[in-house]
Order: sequence, then structure tokens, then C-alpha cells
Amino acid sequence: MLEVQTRKAVESRIERTAEDLRAALKTQKIRYTEIDRVNETQISVKLKGQEGKEGFDNLLDEEFAVLRIVPGTTEDEGLSLRLELPEQEVKYVEEMAARQAMETIRNRIDQFGVSEPDIRRQGENRILIQLPGIKDAQRAINLIGKTALLEFKLVDEEHDLQEALKGHVPPGDEILYQVTEDPATGRKKRTPFLIRKRTYLTGEYLTDAKVQIDSMYNEPYVSMDFDKKGARLFERVTEANVKKRLAIVLDDHVYSAPVIQEKIGGGHARITGHFTTEEAHDLAIVLRAGALPAPVQILEERTVGPSLGRDSIDKGLMSMWIGGIVVVLFIGIYYKGAGIIANVALLLNIVLIAAGLAAFQATLTLPGIAGIILTIGMAVDANVIIFERIREEVRLGKTPRAAVDGGYARATMTILDANITTLIAALVLFQFGTGPVKGFAVTLSIGILASLFTAIIVARLIFDYLVLQRRTQRLSI
Amino acid sequence: MQFIKPDIDLDFIGKRRFAFLGSLVLIAASIVSLAVKGGPTYGIDFAGGTLIQVQFAQAIAPQAIKDCLTSMDLQITSVQGFGEKGEHEYLIRAAGASAAIQSVASKVEESLQAAYPENKVEVRRVEMVGPKVGQDLREKALLAMFSAILFIVVYISGRFELKWMLSIIMASCLFVILFVLKNFGVSIPILIVAAVLVTLCLSFYLKLRFATGAIVALVHDVLITVGIFSLMDKEFTLPIIAALLTIIGYSLNDTIIVFDRIRENTRKYHRKSYEVIVNRSINETLSRTLLTSLTTLVVVVALFVLGGGIIHDFAFALIIGVLVGTYSSIYVASPVLLVWEQTGKKQKGESKGRGR
Repeated sequence: MLEVQTRKAVESRIERTAEDLRAALKTQKIRYTEIDRVNETQISVKLKGQEGKEGFDNLLDEEFAVLRIVPGTTEDEGLSLRLELPEQEVKYVEEMAARQAMETIRNRIDQFGVSEPDIRRQGENRILIQLPGIKDAQRAINLIGKTALLEFKLVDEEHDLQEALKGHVPPGDEILYQVTEDPATGRKKRTPFLIRKRTYLTGEYLTDAKVQIDSMYNEPYVSMDFDKKGARLFERVTEANVKKRLAIVLDDHVYSAPVIQEKIGGGHARITGHFTTEEAHDLAIVLRAGALPAPVQILEERTVGPSLGRDSIDKGLMSMWIGGIVVVLFIGIYYKGAGIIANVALLLNIVLIAAGLAAFQATLTLPGIAGIILTIGMAVDANVIIFERIREEVRLGKTPRAAVDGGYARATMTILDANITTLIAALVLFQFGTGPVKGFAVTLSIGILASLFTAIIVARLIFDYLVLQRRTQRLSI
Repeated sequence: MQFIKPDIDLDFIGKRRFAFLGSLVLIAASIVSLAVKGGPTYGIDFAGGTLIQVQFAQAIAPQAIKDCLTSMDLQITSVQGFGEKGEHEYLIRAAGASAAIQSVASKVEESLQAAYPENKVEVRRVEMVGPKVGQDLREKALLAMFSAILFIVVYISGRFELKWMLSIIMASCLFVILFVLKNFGVSIPILIVAAVLVTLCLSFYLKLRFATGAIVALVHDVLITVGIFSLMDKEFTLPIIAALLTIIGYSLNDTIIVFDRIRENTRKYHRKSYEVIVNRSINETLSRTLLTSLTTLVVVVALFVLGGGIIHDFAFALIIGVLVGTYSSIYVASPVLLVWEQTGKKQKGESKGRGR
């Protein structure tokens, strides 16, 4: 089970808005000393000088109407204040992030090629994923959990890397690492790079990513195609920065930093990095399906090895069969002819439950088996109640027909009361419970409805047929 | 073929004091056990952590497994034997919950195999649960159960005593209060326990007889089952919760069958004393009660014996539940109905005495 960190999606949105604000102020030539994201989801603005204030307010109203001034933060005659997104907008961003994450993950799993994956949303920001029959579970998990944010940035070659490593990082820069694994020794090496923070291009402009083999080194690499807008951006970046190094950053790791030889038009690029075919393949999948809007955290993870899975199914089914057969025999002996009717009803009941489960596409879990056991117990119960009543009527000396009628009349109310009470409990559990509790509730509900049907209607029909059509003289019960 | 003669008339109600004592002892034992052990032993579903199930071709001491894996920095809390004797399966429990459990699992398999090359090792199952999920689950399960109880109170009070309005009002108030307190951050388990007690007291005070009887029986069953699990140091996992829910459903069903007969007989024999009516009703439904318990027990015992390691504890819970549930319908739910009669008689006796 994954949890989408929707909070981070909100933070990214604020970060982007801050950048847009900075760019807008620059174009309007309004001077400022600070526009930064603070407190995780607020933007702190400090203008320089009163002359820009009117322009700033206009800008807020026209282009950034969605932002709201945090009450109580205006100081300096309105030159210093904080902005934030209103609650509704925050919720919208979080909801969109959760939905998009689900779609992206579904995409990735589809491309990975699992038969019949089960992907469901649970609550506001959790996703439950079930992958049957998967062989390399770790690879799948890595694939699903990767944020896959692709960014193109510039390497800062003017400032000193060593100075930065000591702690003096120039403003607007950051240190990112390239992690390489030596194929011979298997050891990992981390190479630091001093990168300009500004992102010139991101993975959202990709239209395709493919694995290709480099003819020279015989190594796989990933080739990417950009859409028109992306291609133009790429062209501009490469044009303005010839002979500088372009850093290709994925999830804050530097993949490669080639030197830009010339302006690159046409919107093609390639990521190299000594990949294995598998790594290149997975990277292509992840780039194609798109980046996750927010990181996901794995809350819960279970793997059942194939041998145990089969074992459990075998054992569980066998014990149910044996138990079921004993019950059938017993009921048959105890109630004689009527017992056979009860058994027919029971079998029909089980078939109905199985059908119901299949219709709801519910997976059979242990809680589900609990629900089925309870239902079988109660189904037998329903018939037992009816038969006991019929026996009472017979003892009172009534004819078979009257006995059946009387027995059913009396017993129906009882059965309905008991089953409805349990049904209420099941429905409430379904409404308020999560995951397995819900599964139990579903199995139980289906079972109750099925057993009501078979006991009251089906068995009655069989009785009526025997008593009315065949005119049995004595009830075999 | 009949087990129970049709005109059976055992005196259940007369013996109810013994039963009451017995139940009290069991419940006391349960509470003491829970208190001493600091609550039920939570499996990783509720407490978080990692679980790895390994199978060896030949038996091996759990301590040996633990020693072998100490170098891996797993925060192993316990290694114990599991399942049937001949299967040589062991459960490794660790407190950590990292996302890369697949690689952890393969490393575990490699280390163990390397340490015992002639003894074939196989990792059968790996589970990791983050801590947050567990608590979430606990809370939601408890809330769901209590909500179900409220609904049941309303339905039973309505159907058996026609006290619809009263019960609906009571249930709604409790519901609202519960949610208000929940949002104020009161700890959920404590809240639910308090809520159940309050519900019982209110039902008692408002003379919602049948509902009180049913709820007391339910609480009785769950408490004893949890207590026995605690006494035997068995773990609480998700399937066990499912088993508890099953037990609640089963006990409820049982109880209502008896109640229904009581209601019918109250109309039929309205001249006789309530005690006699209740006793007669229990006797009349005895045949059916025993039969149903027997059939359900047969299926569950089959699961218990043949089901394999994981289903074992689950089936065990169900067996306890079916036995206790049947017992409670006869000796807990029904006698509770008579409590008002006692207090009623005492008052009548006093007023007669004073009136003279």
C-alpha cells in the first residue's frame, strides 16, 4: 500500500508560483529583496521601495488572483507580507496529485506487463496495489515508487566546487551527486556536481522515451523526444549555453552532464549512463508514463511466495470441503428427506456466494473465508429453525401440507430478524471499516442474502412441490 | 433422529447463578491477563514491523537462525517455530520496516543458506507494515464495531420491544458525542471502551431489556476470546479481527433466535412468570441451538486441523467464539432479561410492606 505525499505536491506548487512571481516582477521591473517559500506552504515577499507597491498589487489581482494574503503578516506599510493558497485550492491540488499519481502508477504497471493487476484508491491519498504472480518483486516496487522527476539544469562552472563542498554554496546553486556503480567491483561512487538551481526543462515535455543501443560502445541508452514547446525550450537552452555543461537530473540525482556542443533543434536528447538493459528499459517506462506529482511512501508491503500461496489455497479449500461434507452427511441423517432438501439449498447457497464474489471482483482473503464460514453456519441454521418448527407441527398432528405451511410461517419471522440484525452489522462494518474489514462485510452480506433466498424461497418451493404435486403422506423429516 | 426430546425441560434459569459466577471468573481472568501483559499482543498488522516466514528442509533451532542474522542489522525481535511440526517453518519478526524488504528477504535467504548449506532454505512469505497503518487500522476497526453495536441496539429495541424512538434518540446522542470526542483527540481504544460501558448503563437504565441482553452477551464473548488469546500469548492479527467479527455475528444470531422465542412465548403464556417463560423458550430452542453450533463447529474444527499455519490461530479463535457464543445466548443474554424482574419484585415487595 502506498501513500501519496500530497503535502509535497502543494509545496511544489507554491515553489513554482514563487518562481512565476519572481519572473513576473522582473518583467514589470518591480524591485524586491525577497520572494521565497517559507513555512512549507507560504511565500514571503519583501518589496524594495514604495514605488513598486501599486504595480505589485495590480499584479496580484490580475495574474495571481488565486493567492491570498495571510492575515496579520502585512508589515512595513504593506511592503512586506506573506502569501498562501486558500484552503480550497490546497485541497484541489492534493486531490489532483492523488489522482494523477494513481493514473501514473497504473500506466507504469501496465507497461511493466503484469497480468491482472489490482489498483485501488483507499481514502484520500492511499493506493492499494496487488500484483499476482510477479517474479521480481523488488524491481516492480522500485518502478512503482520512483518519483521520476526529470529536470534539465546547467552545471555551474564559474564557481569553485571544492569551496561549495566545504559549505559555501553560492546563492542559486545546489550540490547534486552522480551515483555510479563500478561494474567490475560493484562498488558505488558518488561524484558531486555544482548545479544551478534553475530548471530549464522538465520531463513533462517528453512525448516518448525509447531504449536504443549505442553502436560504438554497445551499451543501451534512453533516447527522448520532446513535444514542440519542449523542443523550442531545449533549442533555446542549448543555443544560449554552447560549450557549457547540461546536467540531466532525475530525482535529484545527476545522470549525466555532457558538454553542449551546439544548438540542438528537433527536440531529441539521450540519457547515457552505463545502464544494463533492464535499467534502461525501466527508465524508459518511467519517463514515458510520466513523473509522479508527489513522492509516494510505501506503507505496507506483503509478498507471498508461490509455494506458500498454493499451499494455503490447497489446505484452506480441502478443510472446507471436508467440513462441508461432514455437515451435509450429518444434516442428511438427522433430518432424513428434508435434510436432503436442506443440503440442496446449502449447495445452491455456496454457488450464489461464489457468484456474488466473482461479480464484485472481490479477492478471497482470510477475512473473506471467515465471512463464508459464518454464512454457512447461519444458512444451516435457517433450515434447522424451519425444520424444527415443521417437526413441532407434525407432532401436533397436522397434515404434511399444514405442517410445512405452519412451520414456514412461524420460522420466517425469526430467521428474518436474526439475519437482518447481522446484515445491519455487516453494512455498518462495510461503511466504516477499511480493507479487510470491508472484505469480510461484503462476503457476509452476500452470504446472508443468499442464505435468506435459499432457505425461505428455494427450500419452500421444493417442499411445496413434494407436498402438493407428489402428495406425500408423511413428511420425511 | 433427534438428539433432544421435544418435551425437554431443563432448568437453565435456576442454575444461572453458577453460570454467572463462571462467566465472571473467565472475564476477570481475561481482564487481569490483558492488564498484566499491557494489552493484547499485536501482530505486525497493528504494531508495524517486518515478518519473514522461512522453511528449512530439516529442523533447526530458532536461536541458530537469530545468531546467523545478527550481522544484518535487522532489529530482530523474535524467531519462533510455526505451523506443523513436520514442516520446519519459522517466523522471523523484526521491528524495522524498510521499503526494500525484497532485497532484505533475499539477503536473509542467502545468509541462512550459506550458513547451513546442507539444509535447504526457502523464504515463503515476507510482510512489512509501516507503523502508521497499524494504528489507523486499529482505530477504524474499533469505531466500526461500536457503530454496528449502536445500530443493533436500535433494531433490537424496536423489533422486540417496539421502543424505536427511545433507542434511536439514545443511539444518535451517543454517536454524536463519540464523534465530537474523537475529533478532540481522545485516544480511540479508551473512548470505545467507555462508550460501550455508557451504552450498557443507558440501556439498563432505560429498560431496553433485549438490547442490553444482546450487547452484554456480545461484550462477554469478545472479552473472553481476547482474554484467552492473551493468556495463551497468541498474536492479534487482521484475520483474528475478522474472526472476532464472525463471533459477534454468530453470537448475535444465536441470541436473537432465543429472544424471538421468548417474545412469542410471552404472548402465549402471559399468565406464567417471566422466569418460566424464558426457561421454556431456551428449552424449546435447545435442539436448534445445539445443532447449529455442531455444524458450524465441524467446519471450523476441520479448518483448525487441516488448515495449515496461518489459518490455525484464526480457526482457534472461531472455535472459542462458537462455544462461548452458544453458552452466552443461554446463560448470559437470557438471564439479563430477568434482572429487571428482580429489581421490579424487590420494589413491589417493599411497597407492599410499606403499604400495609
